[in-house]
Amino acid sequence: MSALGLVWANLQRRRVRTYLTLFSVLVAFLLFTLLRTLAAFFEAGGVDVSGSNRLVVSAKYSIIDDLPISQRTAIAAVDGVEALTHQTWFGGNYQDPRNFFPKFPVEPRAYFDMYPEIEIAAEQLDAFENTRTAAVAPAKMLEKYGWRIGDKIPIEADIYPQRDGSRLWEFDLVGSYTSSEENGGQGTFLFHYDYFEEARAFGQGTVGWWTVRIDDPTRAPEIANAIDALFENSLDPTKTATEDELARSFSAQIGDIGLIANGILSAVFFTILLLTAVVMNQALRDRIPELAVLKTLGFSNAKVAGLVLAESMLLCMLGGLLGVGLAIALSQAPWLNEMLAGFSIGLTPSAPTILTAVGISAALGGVVGLQPALQANRLTIADALRRS
Amino acid sequence: MPIVDLKQVEKSFVKGRQTVEVLLGIDLAIDQGDFVALMGPSGSGKTTLLNILGGIDRATSGAVRVADRDLSGLGSRDLARWRAASIGFIFQFYNLLPILSAQRNVELPLLLTRLSAKQRRRNAETALQVVGLADRAKHKPAELSGGQQQRVAIARAIVADPPILVCDEPTGDLDRDTANEILELLEILNRDHGKTIVMVTHDPEAAKHAKHTLRLDKGRLMREAA
Repeated sequence: MSALGLVWANLQRRRVRTYLTLFSVLVAFLLFTLLRTLAAFFEAGGVDVSGSNRLVVSAKYSIIDDLPISQRTAIAAVDGVEALTHQTWFGGNYQDPRNFFPKFPVEPRAYFDMYPEIEIAAEQLDAFENTRTAAVAPAKMLEKYGWRIGDKIPIEADIYPQRDGSRLWEFDLVGSYTSSEENGGQGTFLFHYDYFEEARAFGQGTVGWWTVRIDDPTRAPEIANAIDALFENSLDPTKTATEDELARSFSAQIGDIGLIANGILSAVFFTILLLTAVVMNQALRDRIPELAVLKTLGFSNAKVAGLVLAESMLLCMLGGLLGVGLAIALSQAPWLNEMLAGFSIGLTPSAPTILTAVGISAALGGVVGLQPALQANRLTIADALRRS
Repeated sequence: MPIVDLKQVEKSFVKGRQTVEVLLGIDLAIDQGDFVALMGPSGSGKTTLLNILGGIDRATSGAVRVADRDLSGLGSRDLARWRAASIGFIFQFYNLLPILSAQRNVELPLLLTRLSAKQRRRNAETALQVVGLADRAKHKPAELSGGQQQRVAIARAIVADPPILVCDEPTGDLDRDTANEILELLEILNRDHGKTIVMVTHDPEAAKHAKHTLRLDKGRLMREAA
């Protein structure tokens, strides 16, 4: 038996209490790892975008406001603008609201020209361009929902009903695309803007936002200012930013995820701190005579205090490691990745998040164990034995 | 030179506003290899005297020299080290750790030594053989009778081979037959292994196993009988 064996044996004394505490710590660190990963994802701007040579022009006050399609000519004329196209948030549900994925009406050829990292077979792009009811989707989406080229895909609108009042839109699936980028556009269902424009009940002549390709990424701020200056005094002022900045501003509109995550985690850890502290104090009270016996046998005050501290550190660090391990396992779970595919959210914890979790678990163990350890250190043998 | 040498030892406790004198001017010398029974009524200071010479309590005044060390001059860490090397403790209620097997209980004092894990295990097995409990090594205290638990406690007390055994009512929780077995074991340890034993007891029958009996009354050592 080693000193660690003695510490472990002490934790086994009241197994139910130990395992329940361990479980609480595990859940806290599972939450910590997942929430911090999520917060880090949003703090970094969400989707990893590659378009430093692409600008996004959206409505100045809210990205949910539309922009007039008449802005096209003016934007195209700005010095440094090479190409532009537009996209619009359609919303809508496929069979069940849980089957979430973004759906954008786009200009087929202009869209794929704008995003060279997204690949589609030439004949499928032709079919997309030439069929008004056409749609294309990521290959993974076809796999997930069991779609085949030629299928009709029904989407129930929640924002845009058709002119005849129908909320059911039907698209002909004419192709699938892949992306060389991890998250680039992989979760988006694309369909023909012309069909959308012709059939929707309202909003004709508008688009959601413009995507602009510029000739020189170093001129991005200058070109963005020039575009915004065009519409500054119009009814539809714009806000132009790189795709990366837009992603950040989108995250900011969702809310300060980091602040929310930290708020939740602070509450969780404060509760865990109190709970574990109570458990460790109770554990100490239960065996004051035994600690006195250890001192009688020749264990110094510091050694006995060290054993008590080690117990709490072992409990918290074990819970922390199990929580982090479970978070990693969850992040790799196919069912979770499938569920989140539409959101392009990555839940794989980063090394700094894992190290922070381990550090916090050690600190938690230290804080929780400090008071019982000091008590154990001060314990006088004769008094403790007399009490027993 | 006596292995236990106490001179004018006094011990008092402060209880509220009162000071309670527990030991008064104790002079005591015990030779190496002796087996001494310490008797006296409850509250006479027996256990306090035992605690002082075992290094788990300190005298208020006087000189305490045990196993060649002046205990009053030792700090708490040195005192702990001294206890580990010099004293084996045996309690009335055994004071075994319920979560550990008999063998692991016996191994506990050896965690403070530089012995390897294998050697610690071997020494613990040997100590259990000495007390006749080798076949109960894997049992936890709750699975053992009172007498067996006390034997494990004795094995724990001797495993680090200390020269002195300090026993506080070692048979107080046992029936007569089992008590006799334990006392015979202590006699063997005294006679064959040369352990100096100081035993507090209320039981005159138990005291008969000792070579000397000392009597304490109201904190004073009254008389010594062979």
